[in-house]
Amino acid sequence: MLSIDNILETNQMIHDNKLDVRTITMGISLLECASSSGKELCDRIYDRITKEAEHLVSTGEDIEREFGIPIINKRISVTPISLVAGGSDLTSYVPIAEAMDRAAKTVGVNFIGGYSALVTKGATRADRILIDSIPEALAITDIVCSSVGVGSTKTGINMDAVRDMGIIVKKTAELTKDNDALGCAKLVIFCNPVEDNPFMAGAFFGVTEGDSAISVGVSGPGVVKHALESVRGQSFDVVAETIKRTAFKITRVGQLVAQEASRRLGKPFGIIDLSLAPTPAVGDSVAHVLEEMGLSSCGCHGTTAALALLNDAVKKGGLMASSHVGGLSGAFIPVSEDAGMIDAVSCGSLSLDKLEAMTCVCSVGLDMIAIPGDTTADTISAIIADESAIGMINNKTTAVRVIPVPGKTVGEVVEFGGLLGYAPIIEVSPYSAAEFIARGGRIPAPIRSLTN
Amino acid sequence: MKLVVTVVGVDRVGIIAGVSTVLANHGVNIMSINQTILDGVFNMIMMCETKSEDIKDLTSIQEALTTLGKELGVEIRAQHADIFLSMHRVG
Repeated sequence: MLSIDNILETNQMIHDNKLDVRTITMGISLLECASSSGKELCDRIYDRITKEAEHLVSTGEDIEREFGIPIINKRISVTPISLVAGGSDLTSYVPIAEAMDRAAKTVGVNFIGGYSALVTKGATRADRILIDSIPEALAITDIVCSSVGVGSTKTGINMDAVRDMGIIVKKTAELTKDNDALGCAKLVIFCNPVEDNPFMAGAFFGVTEGDSAISVGVSGPGVVKHALESVRGQSFDVVAETIKRTAFKITRVGQLVAQEASRRLGKPFGIIDLSLAPTPAVGDSVAHVLEEMGLSSCGCHGTTAALALLNDAVKKGGLMASSHVGGLSGAFIPVSEDAGMIDAVSCGSLSLDKLEAMTCVCSVGLDMIAIPGDTTADTISAIIADESAIGMINNKTTAVRVIPVPGKTVGEVVEFGGLLGYAPIIEVSPYSAAEFIARGGRIPAPIRSLTN
Repeated sequence: MKLVVTVVGVDRVGIIAGVSTVLANHGVNIMSINQTILDGVFNMIMMCETKSEDIKDLTSIQEALTTLGKELGVEIRAQHADIFLSMHRVG
């Protein structure tokens, strides 16, 4: 039997502490769409997405209404397009991005991810066509997201791809400069990319998956912060335990939503992504959770330790609450999407270097960080190389989603709108790594990859 | 479908009568009622059951309760009980 306290606690989490399910993401394999005719390929992709995801949004809305839990996004992830388009006669994959955009809008989802290539060791002809077309694809579509895997613990880092992606990020910024380089907010460069990630912009549906699957990303930094308010001054043992208990409850809701969505849509349940994903709204910030532990401002000494504890406790608490855990699973630290992070950058307590250190212990990487528009492609490649090295050596996913905003520099603010938020432009090192990036080739896989 | 109806706001005459009437009109059976004053705020929780599994029926119950809540100056929600059971009960 439920007690009054149980019911009030759940509703307080939802209404006062902004508990939500961040996303229901339907993964759709496009491998069967392959065709030698580019036009036929685009038609097949459009038809398959609109057929498979026809009821995704309405089902999500029904679940939202029935259980009284907000489901913020409904999304689609597809097979990396470079794998689907390789056999076609297309010389640019922009028409595929347009077909994805049209299909996603027809079914009413918020984003579609998978305009992707996995070149952790080397690039095929199709991978190169896809990468070259990313700037144009992101400029002319609205809700297509792109990702490129440039390294992994098993393969090392493809430094040719790292060099190219610095250039691609700059081109994307240039082509979308009228929208403060919004295209770059839809582009992620990964080390150790995961095949079942439901979160954007890095979601794609890997080749180890089946025809389709439903995955759910949970959220709830506000709930964790509220829980920690009741244990102020107590030891870290108590802090860790409190976060674990809270994460368990949050994840149970995600599991319920995932099971219901999977049953109603007739698609297999994929995974729950145990993530603390912030939004720019007040009371929904990961930085504020860290500050609740006793830090005066996110970014001060102690922040990495606080984030390590948070990230670990979220996973431990959530693990038992779900039948399948996967995706990125951990705390996200996207600067522009987190009110506390924005304040910390604005007041000077949070630097790019500290963010890099934080990515060693949290779920992803340098995320939604606005940098000066005159940052060179070499410097962006070097940032990607550093972040990839952290991922490769620590056997974890790392990512870079930086936005070099044309015409803007340190101290100015860029506004992306909606869940993407706004960000003060952060300083990058003025010293060049051009000769380092120009070398190309591969950074060999580390000794820890030899586990057999 | 098992429903949990929650009412939060300032106490006044007619809350239980109003909510019960709406529920009865929609064929919803009330299994138990609990109420408490928490931090000076009136909280009432009704465990209910309806034979319908149709989301449209739940939507019309929710709409009627929202309208009533506006009249009474309280917040009324009807949610499927599974969200509470999932979060607070294991096994």
